[in-house]
Amino acid sequence: MADRLSKVFAALADPTRRDMVARLAVGDATVSQLAEPYDVSIQAVSKHLKVLEDAGLVTRSREAQTRPVHLEAEVFDLMTKWIERYRRQAEERYRRLDAVLADMQDGPTEKGQVS
Amino acid sequence: MTTEATIEAATDLPVIRITRDFHATPAQLLRAHTDPELFVRWVGPEGMVNRIVEWDARDGGCWRYIASQDGQDYAFRGCFHTVGPDRIVQTFTFEGMPDDVSLETLRFEDLGDGRTRLHAQSLVDSFEGRDAWLASGMETGVNDGYAKLDKLAADGAL
Repeated sequence: MADRLSKVFAALADPTRRDMVARLAVGDATVSQLAEPYDVSIQAVSKHLKVLEDAGLVTRSREAQTRPVHLEAEVFDLMTKWIERYRRQAEERYRRLDAVLADMQDGPTEKGQVS
Repeated sequence: MTTEATIEAATDLPVIRITRDFHATPAQLLRAHTDPELFVRWVGPEGMVNRIVEWDARDGGCWRYIASQDGQDYAFRGCFHTVGPDRIVQTFTFEGMPDDVSLETLRFEDLGDGRTRLHAQSLVDSFEGRDAWLASGMETGVNDGYAKLDKLAADGAL
């Protein structure tokens, strides 16, 4: 699992690939459609796609001859879940810190009122 | 009321950034991070008992503490690089993975009215390391002790 997440993050570390993902979020596209806005070869775009495919972020249909590229939204969900778990842990920790800070303010040297 | 922590895992750098607002001054937040007796009361996952082994909260000073749960000890250590009124820069290592050292920058932004925004950034040395760190959240029972936490928060607000 950690391996998969690493692949996803590594795949998204590249600005061109991030841009491709953003465009695929709107809808499926063929390789040549994806290549259009970039000043790079179709081969270079195919390489980027391969990285996204290996990370499980996109799949390519075998049905149509143009083999449109499709974004796999659930991979993002996985990533979001992991990050959310980590965030919740941080939030738990900081709620304990809230309590400590409140105690500090109730201490004899300060009369701070915490709402 | 409290604004919940927000988190960002950057895609271009192996960093985790957390932001959280507190009903406290920057000085109080600094104290809660540098006074060992206060620090052990809130650090670590819920259910851990923390014991300070070494603690020298000044530029170049070192720290080490052991977190225990169910008879298992987890030791952490690092050095304070900078301890200033609005920031702490320090290294952080879990001794179970001694080669993975992260650089932590904590910044206390004064929002006025006795409120402070904490900006905590952890920089690790690889995306793999960062992602393993994020994934480690899975291993801890995050739902454990939610009730206890709510109580703590409520008590703190009294």
